[in-house]
Amino acid sequence: MSAHDRDSGAHTRVPRYSGSARINHWIVAISFVLLLLSGLSLFHPSLFWLSALFGGGATVRWLHPWIGVVLVVGFIGLFIRFFAQNLPERTDWVWLARIRHVLSGNDEYLPEVGKYNAGQKFVFWSQSVLVAVMFVTGVGLWEPGLAYFESLFGFKATIDQLRAAALIHAAAAVLTITIWIVHVYAAIWVRGTFSAMTRGFVTGGWGWRHHRKWLRKEVDEGKVERQNVTPAE
Amino acid sequence: MFPAIPNPTTEKSAAKFGEKDMIRRSASTITPPAKRQTEVAKLIDVSKCIGCKACQTACLEWNQLTEEVGVNVGVYDNPHDLTANSWTLMRYTEYENPESGNLEWLIRKDGCMHCEDPGCLKACPSPGAIVQYSNGIVDFVKENCIGCGYCVKGCPFNIPRISKADHKAYKCTLCSDRVAVGQGPACQKACPTQAIVFGTKDEMKAWAAKRIADLKSRGFDKAGLYDPPGVQGTHVMYVLHHADKPQLYAGLANNPRISPLVEAWKGVGKYAGLALIGLTAAAGVIHHILQGPNRVSKEDEENAEKLAGGKS
Repeated sequence: MSAHDRDSGAHTRVPRYSGSARINHWIVAISFVLLLLSGLSLFHPSLFWLSALFGGGATVRWLHPWIGVVLVVGFIGLFIRFFAQNLPERTDWVWLARIRHVLSGNDEYLPEVGKYNAGQKFVFWSQSVLVAVMFVTGVGLWEPGLAYFESLFGFKATIDQLRAAALIHAAAAVLTITIWIVHVYAAIWVRGTFSAMTRGFVTGGWGWRHHRKWLRKEVDEGKVERQNVTPAE
Repeated sequence: MFPAIPNPTTEKSAAKFGEKDMIRRSASTITPPAKRQTEVAKLIDVSKCIGCKACQTACLEWNQLTEEVGVNVGVYDNPHDLTANSWTLMRYTEYENPESGNLEWLIRKDGCMHCEDPGCLKACPSPGAIVQYSNGIVDFVKENCIGCGYCVKGCPFNIPRISKADHKAYKCTLCSDRVAVGQGPACQKACPTQAIVFGTKDEMKAWAAKRIADLKSRGFDKAGLYDPPGVQGTHVMYVLHHADKPQLYAGLANNPRISPLVEAWKGVGKYAGLALIGLTAAAGVIHHILQGPNRVSKEDEENAEKLAGGKS
């Protein structure tokens, strides 16, 4: 039991992510961080020193695209797992309209949400689009990859298309990093979230507070585990 | 005849320019020297070119490059495009002049133009991989090149090529090693008709003016110098008989400039991007300071327990 569970006196826990979902998530997360560091090293001269983490700029040049391939494959896995639960619902608009209460942590003024709230759905869909955009434009910046896809699909990219690819790739990278910051910050700010992606469980109270509709469903399906009171230390 | 450049002495002499003469260095901030060297230039007089490819051969020879044996597809261009080994290429165009009815064979020696405003250098993310000297030469520094190909996107003339062998970018150096000891580029040395001449940029402009006057007297009233202002001029210039239509010469850019896409990517985009990332991170920190963590309360846990208890 973590400190959080003890402090809040949690006696219930709800499984949120299976082992394979967590492994899938962390493959994407680690490759994202590696892509972020290697990509930023070529984004601005003041960050070129980051390339030393990978063994120099030349290594970054060939490694970054391959990490990108790992991320894309991993992300497809996450997309298949989670997209159904991220489809928009009417309550999402209510949630968004009350974004002030979200930011103030007044969860009691928000509608009951299922597995994902509108903010999480926004992160999911925007990252899905951006990953696709980054992959397509990234291929344009990747000599061997571009040659492969050109021969596969029988086309020849023009220099202006490649210039546009460079610009769009950089812009999409900025957006994806920005949304990633929101994603990580939300997990930090909303205490009790991390255990969902580390051990796979959240406390019942976390579900009650943030995803009550989801908790009700999990209770109905008998997935909530009751635990004995932790003995005093 | 343009006066020939004398052969160098056999005595060792100091290089005429070097690191201290850098005015730009890719992905770096440098202080340019107070005094700029006299700008040099190569002048390619397309009207005098006979298409012998001696310049291509001299370039391979001097730079110790070997081009692959190609295939003949029925045109004179050989190889078919610039490569990591062929830093210069004769491009042949057959042009039927609608005014005179003549068939004109336009032969343009393609290669790096050594722009005063070099797009390759501005696009390069690797510190010191591309440098510009105060005499106007834009040079690639192999040791610092990471092979990313950004220079290819930055170049308004589509010149740099990435080697499949060592994954580094290559292009004409304007024979910076020869110029450093007072010689002209190898292509100029080999040219049998003085279609290629080399000297200071002012000398080249003056020589071009004579050639243009000559061409005009022969009926090429649109003859002129190609020294495009969109890249603040170049250190490789052309004399064209049809200077009003540069695109006739195997697609020479009419008004070359660094692509606005590249300017946006490498200019304002970088700062806007870093600012957006920084502001988002700062917003998170400020929000956490003001708002504090969003904790699950005891009541939440009790409610969950009640809910679970009622169902089990």
